[in-house]
Amino acid sequence: MLIGGIAVITRKNPVHSALALIVTLLAQASIYLMLYAPFVAGVQIILYAGGIMVLFLFVIMLVSIDRSIRERQFNSQWVVGIIAATALGGLFIAVYTKGTSIFPEHVLPVVENDNTQRVATMLYGQYMFAFEIASLLLLVAIIGAVVMAKKRI
Amino acid sequence: MHEIIQYISSYLTSDKTPGAAGNMFWAFVYIMLVFLGLSVAVIAMNWLERKILAHMQVRLGPMRVGPHGLLQPIADAIKLLLKEDIMPAEADGFVFWMAPLIVVLAAFTVFVVVPFGPTHAITDMNIGILFMLGVSSLSVLGIVMAGWASNSHYPLIGALRSSAQMVSYEVAMGLAVVSAILMTSLNAEGTGTLSMIGIVQAQQAQGEWFIFKFFPLGLVAFFIFAVAMVAETNRAPFDLAEAESELTAGFHTEYSGFRWSLFFLAEYSAMIAVSSIAVTLWLGGWLRPFPNWLQGSPWDQIFSFFPGVTFLFFAAICFYNTARMPKHPLFRVQTIGLAGFGVVLGLIGLVLFIPAVSLRVQDIFWFSAKVAGFMYLYIWYRGTFPRYRFDQLMQMGWKVLLPMGLGVLILTAGVALLQQNIWHP
Repeated sequence: MLIGGIAVITRKNPVHSALALIVTLLAQASIYLMLYAPFVAGVQIILYAGGIMVLFLFVIMLVSIDRSIRERQFNSQWVVGIIAATALGGLFIAVYTKGTSIFPEHVLPVVENDNTQRVATMLYGQYMFAFEIASLLLLVAIIGAVVMAKKRI
Repeated sequence: MHEIIQYISSYLTSDKTPGAAGNMFWAFVYIMLVFLGLSVAVIAMNWLERKILAHMQVRLGPMRVGPHGLLQPIADAIKLLLKEDIMPAEADGFVFWMAPLIVVLAAFTVFVVVPFGPTHAITDMNIGILFMLGVSSLSVLGIVMAGWASNSHYPLIGALRSSAQMVSYEVAMGLAVVSAILMTSLNAEGTGTLSMIGIVQAQQAQGEWFIFKFFPLGLVAFFIFAVAMVAETNRAPFDLAEAESELTAGFHTEYSGFRWSLFFLAEYSAMIAVSSIAVTLWLGGWLRPFPNWLQGSPWDQIFSFFPGVTFLFFAAICFYNTARMPKHPLFRVQTIGLAGFGVVLGLIGLVLFIPAVSLRVQDIFWFSAKVAGFMYLYIWYRGTFPRYRFDQLMQMGWKVLLPMGLGVLILTAGVALLQQNIWHP
């Protein structure tokens, strides 16, 4: 995953970057699998690797590759980037060193067999409201995209 | 040594898949068998497609290599393996090299969860159908990569077309699949399942294939899936990605030799994979026809003869054509070969009559027979339907199949809710 992530930002060719991003996302799916969350892993593969990244590649391939390779790579937001990276790194280190006090000692091993069913009951039971809000947000986004793309409605 | 034998034989009495039983040896054997069976099926499909298409167009098709062209696929394979492997000078080497591998990997990996029978699957995953859809959607990546890396216009246009088509038909396909999965939850506990074996067992428990469930609804969902799956595999009448008259060969124009044969292999095994999804979800997977109407031991007995009878029938066709071969010394080898093929088929048929074998194998037979029906449909489509235009294709996907899928999903959910709460309180 790390190798993929580094390759995303270092490759000059945007298509190679996108392919490296796919590798990263697949690695993330396998991390979900290791956390006994097969449903999330499957959805990750379908949505990100199979759907969104294809559209990414789609757009990248339509722009001229040669020009973007010759262009100097710009990173004018490096100050913000470094601050964010340090903050995230600090958070990781803090969690790693003090993690035992924050999290319970032993997480109960989840039974893999009814993972999907549990996700469903959580999503449509306990977190129903949040789920509906999220879907409403997506609906607004879809309508917005249509409005922006169409000249005359 | 004794332990190893015990480890191997302990699975034989198990009623689980090798993956679930955790038996590495049998899992490996199953993987090998599935891989071998798939390769043989692709080779057979190659011959059958050419032959059936030819007969539909009142031609003879391949006739030279072997009797009735039976050895033609082998000759083709040898030709492809010996052909020079060309890579365009301006191509992106690594991506060009990766693309066929990704396509083939995606096409073969999905067979991990395909249930050929209650115990005949490599493994059974909790997210089975999701896994199948997800991994098969990865093959789009391979196609896009192939089209782009070739650094040529036809492949690029072909890849763009094919990926746009696959991404948009995946939506309709997903909706149809969801409405079938919804039907699995119509049991006492009210929980459905995504596992491929679980879906077939739900059909068994409810005593109804999902194509007939809630009468028009299951059928409509199946229809949506059947259309979307043809589009998903880039086959006629949706084969715009490789429209020969416009794009020479689409995304694999620049590929030759072994790499091209990988694409070919992947295309046919993807066809088999989506057909087996359709069979599992709507046509009762490994269940024999009429499990409820014609139940009881005499019917079980009769249906267990089917695998053997089918092979004997094929053998009879072989012998009939052996008798019709031209009586000329030049054809002697071919006649003997065809008769030998018939004898082999007949022997397989006779072995399948042994009750112990037929009990173990008839699940696989019914599953394969249903999939083979779909394969014939694919060829039939190709022989009959003219190709769609690209805007017609998109219109069909987004304006017809997607609303239909949504409607079926909502109606299925509504009817299921009514049935759970009112008819069976």
